[in-house]
Order: sequence, then C-alpha cells, then structure tokens
Amino acid sequence: MSGIHVSTKINGDAVEFVCDVEETLLDVLRDKLGMTGSKEGCSSGDCGACSVTVDGRLTCSCLMLGAEAEGHDIGTIEGVAKGTQLHPIQQKILDHAALQCGVCTPGFVVAAKALLEKNPDPTETEVRFWLAGNLCRCTGYDKIIRAVMDAAAEMRGQ
Amino acid sequence: MVQVTLSGTFQQVAGGISTLEIEAKNIRQLLGGLEKQCPELKSEIEKGIAVAINGTIYRDDWFQPIPEDSEVFIIPRLAGG
Amino acid sequence: MARNPDADNAPAPKAVKTSTIEFDADKAKSFKVVGSRPPRPDGMDKVTGRARFGADMVMPGQLVGLILRSPHPHAVIVSIDTTEAEALSGVKSVITRDDFAENADHHDVLCNIMAREKALYEGHAVAAVSATSKAVARKALKLIKIDYQILPHVTDVDLAMAPDAPLLHADMITSGVSPVPTKPSNVAGRSEFGHGDVEAGFAQADVIIERDFKTAATHQGYIEPHACVANVGADGMSELWCCTQGHFHVRQVCASLLGIDVSRLRVTASEIGGGFGGKTTVFIEPVALALSRKAGRPVKIAMSRDEVFKASGPTASSSMNVKIGVTKDGRITAGEGEFRYQGGAFAGAPADFGAMSAFACYALDNVKTVAYDVVTNRPKGAAYRAPGAPMSVYAVESVIAELAGEIGMDPIELRLKNAAREGTKSSYGPKFGSCGLVETLEAARDHPHYSAPLGPNQGRGVASGFWFNFGGETCSTLNINADGTVAIAVGTPDIGGSRAAMCIMAAEELGIPYERVRTIVADTSSLGYNDTTEGSRVTFSSGMAVIKASRKAVTEMCNRAAMIWDIPAEAVTWEDGHAKPSGANAGDFEPMSLAEIAASASKTGGPIAGHHEYNADGAGVSFGTHIVDTEVDPETGRVDILRYTVVQDAGKAIHPDYVEGQFQGGAVQGIGWALNEEYIYGEDGRLQNAGFLDYRMPVASDLPMIDTVIVEVPNPGHPYGVRGVGETGIVPPLAAIANAVSAASGVRLTELPMSPPRVLKAIDDAKVAAQ
Repeated sequence: MSGIHVSTKINGDAVEFVCDVEETLLDVLRDKLGMTGSKEGCSSGDCGACSVTVDGRLTCSCLMLGAEAEGHDIGTIEGVAKGTQLHPIQQKILDHAALQCGVCTPGFVVAAKALLEKNPDPTETEVRFWLAGNLCRCTGYDKIIRAVMDAAAEMRGQ
Repeated sequence: MVQVTLSGTFQQVAGGISTLEIEAKNIRQLLGGLEKQCPELKSEIEKGIAVAINGTIYRDDWFQPIPEDSEVFIIPRLAGG
Repeated sequence: MARNPDADNAPAPKAVKTSTIEFDADKAKSFKVVGSRPPRPDGMDKVTGRARFGADMVMPGQLVGLILRSPHPHAVIVSIDTTEAEALSGVKSVITRDDFAENADHHDVLCNIMAREKALYEGHAVAAVSATSKAVARKALKLIKIDYQILPHVTDVDLAMAPDAPLLHADMITSGVSPVPTKPSNVAGRSEFGHGDVEAGFAQADVIIERDFKTAATHQGYIEPHACVANVGADGMSELWCCTQGHFHVRQVCASLLGIDVSRLRVTASEIGGGFGGKTTVFIEPVALALSRKAGRPVKIAMSRDEVFKASGPTASSSMNVKIGVTKDGRITAGEGEFRYQGGAFAGAPADFGAMSAFACYALDNVKTVAYDVVTNRPKGAAYRAPGAPMSVYAVESVIAELAGEIGMDPIELRLKNAAREGTKSSYGPKFGSCGLVETLEAARDHPHYSAPLGPNQGRGVASGFWFNFGGETCSTLNINADGTVAIAVGTPDIGGSRAAMCIMAAEELGIPYERVRTIVADTSSLGYNDTTEGSRVTFSSGMAVIKASRKAVTEMCNRAAMIWDIPAEAVTWEDGHAKPSGANAGDFEPMSLAEIAASASKTGGPIAGHHEYNADGAGVSFGTHIVDTEVDPETGRVDILRYTVVQDAGKAIHPDYVEGQFQGGAVQGIGWALNEEYIYGEDGRLQNAGFLDYRMPVASDLPMIDTVIVEVPNPGHPYGVRGVGETGIVPPLAAIANAVSAASGVRLTELPMSPPRVLKAIDDAKVAAQ
C-alpha cells in the first residue's frame, strides 16, 4: 500500500505524516496525529464540529484531504489556548455556561476565533450568520452568541 | 384493605374491572394480591408497571408502604429520554 | 373555575414515607451555594478539546469495526455467506446472527442490533467485520454475500394498521384489547386512560372542535454519532468504552447478549456528545464486543451520520384525532383523543405516554385518551426528551387555542380557568401532588412578551406542557481527602452539566467552598447499579444520593471530633464546615474544620467517606408554558421565530445557568420539530434525507435569543425542592409555534413540520376557498 508523505505546519509546529489518498485531514488529525479535539459529526461539511483554519481561513477538515495540507498552516482547537492561558472566547464560553455536552464547543471556538480575527466588532446577526455552519443541539445557541459577543468586546478593550 | 384503580389498559386486560380491593401493606403485597385476583394481569406486571400512591409514582419499590386510605393507581411503567 | 368533584372533597394526599428526604423550607431560605453559578468542573477540558468522547479513545492494537446494513426495508434473509470476507487479508473477525444466541430477556434488542430471520428496515444490521484498517473493512463488507427475499414494506402508521398491511412479526398479537385477537397485526398494543363520561361532557358543551393531526418522525440530532471501543480478553474479562446515557444498563444488556457474567464486563462512560434519550439503549456495543471476542483484539466502531439516521433510534411519527368541548364561559366539559404512533420495527412507541400526558395540564371531569403502539419498516425508535408528549400535546394545545378564539377568551385565561393544580385528578389517573402549572401560566401572562405589540404577518402563540420525571436506582460515594478536598463519584453520565450541581449540593451540605469538591462519573466496577440518565432524574436522584452521602460523612466527621475531644458523639454538631460542641455543657473546644479532621483521619480510624445506594422516588412533575412570536411570509411560506420565552417550574434551580440551558435547548429542539425536521421516506421505503443538509435542524441564524423564566414551586419530595427540568421544555413548543403561525397567517396547520411548502399551500388553499 503506498502512502503520501506530507510536510505541513500545525499550530505553528512542523509536522510530517504519511497518509492514504482518500484520508481526510480530519482522519489524519484524529487517527494519525492523536489530535482528537476536532470532532467527526457528519463527514459532509454540515455540522462544523471538525472546524480548523487553513492559512487562517475557516475550513471543515472533513472536506479536505490530508494530502492537501502540504505546505499550509493548519490551526486546530489544540492550538487556541497558549499553555494554561485560555483565549477570551474559551473563557467567555465557560463564564456564560455556553456549553452542555461540549462536543460542538471546539468547532465553535475555532469558528468564532476566525470571525473575530476578520471582524472584531460584529453585530449579533453577523455572529449568528458566521456561526450558522456550526451545529449545536444542546444549547439553542443563546449563551454561545452571548459569549462570543462578550469576548469580542473584551478583545476590543471594552 | 386498599382500593386500587386500574388505568384503562389494565382494565381491558382484567376483563373490564376498574377497581379492586386488595389486602396490602406494601407494593409487593399489592402486586401479589393483584395477580391472585386477576391472573390475566400477571404478564402485564412482569412486563413492567408503575404504582402511583397518592400521586407519587413508584417503579420498583416492593416494600414501599401503602398507608390506609391511600389513592393507589396502576399505570404503565414510565421512562424518559 | 373548572368543577372537579374529586378535588372539591378530596383530602390532601397523605405524606407517604419514602426513601427520600422531604423538602426543608428553613434550609431553603438560607442556601449558601445552591442557586449560585460557579464554573463547571469539566468545562476547561471541553473548551480546549481535551475532553474525551466516544470516538476519542484508542486502545493498543485496536481494529476498525464496520457494520453491513440491509438496503431493503423488509426482506427475509435467506442466507449469508462470509467466506470471502473472512479470507481477505487484514480481516480479523466476521460476525452474523449466528454469533448471538437467542435471548428471552432482550429479544427485541437482540434482533435490532443484528437481524435474525428478517431485515425489518433499511439500515438494519445484518453482519459486521473487524479489520486492520477502514479500507480493508469496507472491502470485506462488499465481499459478504446475502441472499434477500424482498417483501412488501409499510412505513406509514395508519397504513400499517390497515387489515391488508404487510406484516412485520408473525407473532404480534395486540395487547390491551379484550377479547384477545386471533390474528397477528402490526399493532403491538392498545392503551386507554381517562375517567368520567365524555359523551355526557360533550352534550354540555357550547362549542366543540374536532381535528386530525399528523407529525413526522424526528431524530434527537445529537452531534456526536454513537461510538465505542470494545476489548474482550481471552478469559472473558472485557472492557467497553462508549458514549452512553447509561453505562450500567449497557453492561447489563451486553453481558446478557454475549452470555458473560456482569462482573466480567467493565463499562466506562465517555463524555457524551448529546443523547436526549437516543443513547439510553445499545446499537453497536454488543456488535463491537462480539467482534472483539472473535478477533482477540480491541475493536472500535463509530457510526457514520448516515448510519445514525438510518439505524439508531428516532422518535415516533403520529396520526392523531382530538376533540374538545367547552362552555361559552370557558369551562372544558370533555376532552377526547386517539393517538396512533409508529415506533419502528419493534414494539415500544411511546403512544401510552402520549395519551397520558395529552391533557395533563387540565382538570377535567370527563376525559378519554386511547393510544396505539404500531410497528413499521423503520428503525426501532428510542426515547426523545419527554417521549410521546410533544406530539399529543401539539394536538391538544392546538385545539385549545382554536377554542379560545371561538369563544373570544384569552388563551392563558382559558388555561388558568381549567388548570391542573395540587389535588387535581390527572387525566392518567392519580391526583397531582404539588405542581407549578398555575405559577407558570401567571408568570407568562404577566411577562412583557405577552403584551408586546405585533406587526403585519406576525402572530403570537402560547402552549403549556408537562413531564412526569422519575427517580430510579442511584448510588453515590463521597470521599474526604487528607487535604480537606472532597471527591464524589456518581454513576449517572453527565449530559448537561450535572457534575457542577453535585459539587454545589455537597458544598452546601458540608459547608465548604465549591472549588474544594470534585465530581466524576465512575465506571461500572466502581459503584452499584445506576439507572440511565433520563427522565430528568439526575439532579434529583444523584443529587439526593450526594446529599445523603454528605450527611453520612458529616456524621462520621462529628464522631472523629468527638473522639478527639473525648465527648459523646451526640454532643457534636456540624456548622459552616466545622465540627462544634453542641452547647456550653459539651465542653469549651475550638471548632475543627473539615480539613483539620481530614488531616488526622488516618489516626482517628482511617479514611472518611459517605455513600448512599437507593431507589429514588418522589420526583416532582415539571410544568411549563411557552410564548412565541412568529412572522409568516405569505409569498414563500417561510416562518421566522421573532421572540421566544420559556417559563418553567424547576422546583429549585441548583445551578441556574444549566437550568436555563435545558429550557433553551428543549425549546430549540421543539422549534426544529415544528418547522423543518422530518424523516422523509420514498415509495421504496428508503430514507431520503439521512444527513444534516436535508434533515434541517435549527442553526444560529434561524433563531433569536431564547428568554427564560425559572419558576420555583418546591418539590416536597426533595430536601432542596428540586424538580427535573430536562424534558418538559420540548413539550410546549410544537403547539405554541403552530398557534403562532395560525395567528400570523390565518391558517391552521395540523401537520408537522410546518415547512415553507406546507405553509404556502395552506395559505393558497385558504385563498381559493375564500373565493
């Protein structure tokens, strides 16, 4: 069985792996690299639980092949906190109790971080539409939206 | 003596009887008495039922006491999600 | 006020001695920790992605397990040939129905997890393989040869009840009918509830409305697919890691299906990515264990989303008729309903719960509800948050809204006039104990939402609902660590933040800071049996167990202090986290803190702990009333939710953030059920929309903020007054939204979901009819 040798960067670290042609980036992260923070909810790009960033762009890792990571900068949930220092989005999610089962939370953190890096002062509607690609079945989204708006305000220094 | 009301389903199985008088101080004695008076109820009891005593629902408590003058109902075994 | 002759003269229900502790009104006035909003103990792991869910476990040497599923909705499995699959390099085990012995205790579950004589739905498991990689496993599935004899199928509940319907089970004789039927059918059972004389009641009514309703099947929609890793040793010692709402139940069923002792199977519950009732049973777990046993290596199975839709446990679809009569001045004189639910290929649709809860909000002299549990060629249904109630309440609350309109009465006033209260004879039989329906109706009526102005094409709907809530077998152990911190083990998986509530209750009892307490969910080898997390029971039952365990630990700590002070144990009390002499006569000793007592525990008799095992009862019912505003676009049929308010009785909110979360989550699942979610079957009996694109659940851009009001009518059966809250929230939304859509568009929809094509058609039909 021949594999594809891939050199890439994940959360700032140089990473190399060998994967099969049909393996998705999500498969590689979870099964080859032991990075199980990104979750598999649907494998069809509809739930956002596998959200990562590719060169800063929000992407469903289940819709990308592992081989396509060659030469790019991948950002996953594991790289959001800096050691014990949580990102404001993570802290606000805890403060607002914006999670119940928590399986969608990594996807929301990555997606919300990507939003605020692009648009530091979004309206509630803009937040809701940006996060429409992340499904949550437990919370009804109310507390998640509040947490993201609150994090945005804190990051703006307000 | 306790007066027991069978909810509709069990009424059908018991041949149309809706209330019974049973000598019982706890749920176990109640179930035993029910089976004796209405043998047709045995299979339903085995499948699983619940007993409501004065509005509180008990699902498995054999030795739960039944005070005098209690309102006792036999209802389907409830579960949630 | 509605006349209920029973309530007029009934003595209040006598307090029955229970295994639980009664509500302590004095303590409730001075809670120090209960009712606060501290961070949850598992939160950090969840925001960083460190928490481990079902598919996140890896065991050394593990194989990939895949399941072969029937492409036909109904077929005899004539033969299965696995020789080629077994011979494929990399395949380590192949199993079929022949690898499972008959099982009287769990016959239906066994047939569901691996088809025996017949495939009964598209997606029904027929064989499984374990292999060294997914690619090899997929190839192996393709090599399994199955000879199917295709049979006619039926997926609609009413068609399945027809005399000429294709028959699923040759031995299915309808239970609950007299005389017993002589021929089999697809009707597993009939149930009936009620009291009084509905015919006489209707004769007294000034206005009677009778309607037919239909709801489609929906799925709980948890984001985490079922996943597990099974590891069976050569000596039969087995471990199973799985996402489940009840690992003790999983252990019991799997041990039985595999023919091993319960003590040889150790099940660990992973963090669970949503359940809502859908993970209270087994699907892939016995298969993974059987594959592992045959292969001699761990086997991991994770369902794909397609498999989750086709082969886990959706909720029932329904066909219902409801008839209600009222007088001009708003007294309900009679209520009648027939509820036909299909629960998939095996018996167990929650039709009886639907019939029991349909009229639960009302004090009625005359009520009759009949339920039919019907089987069809669809996946076997599992529980979904207040199983059976959302559908039947949708029907009843829709008719109530129409009646209110007919007699020109405010819908909340109509409900208040007929509301169930303490002492009311419920429509399912027993009298209600303490309950908070009236409080939620009044809070809804007085809420600013109820009187806010509405614009064009906008309408407001209201509905009430309830759920029984349960207790069940529950165990908890509490250990005092030498440094004065506390470790608690419970056996009920945490699906909504309950570990935080456990820590709060223990901190309250022990008188120590919340941060000093840590709660984990222990595996099946570490605690006695615990019933599943369901029935809104965890905060109530595990909470009570934790409170009792805490009190036992407190007793022991007082004993230790008594020993140290050389005074009788009765002379020591516990206050604010300290042991104190109970009075001046007992002696002049400085209070000893929990930490101090813990530090010397090894010298005063050994480690200090408390534990409690019991069968909980005394769970209090929870009522709720929802208000929703919608806007209906008359050109497209699109429905927008403008504003939503949940008012629900929690008894006592231990951690208000998580109570609010349950209210909001239940409401949004209800919004999805009402507006967009449905299982769509083709003529071929196959599911057409087995993915999140076409099974359309609410997303953030569909919704406004969901406002919540926590009403607290204490449950007398719990020391803090706790009532379960997880399920009631999904019961009112279907009707509340249907009522709002009706108010906004002028048309009454009696079929769910109210997707744009249906709403548009109803609007267009009404226009034509008006001409």
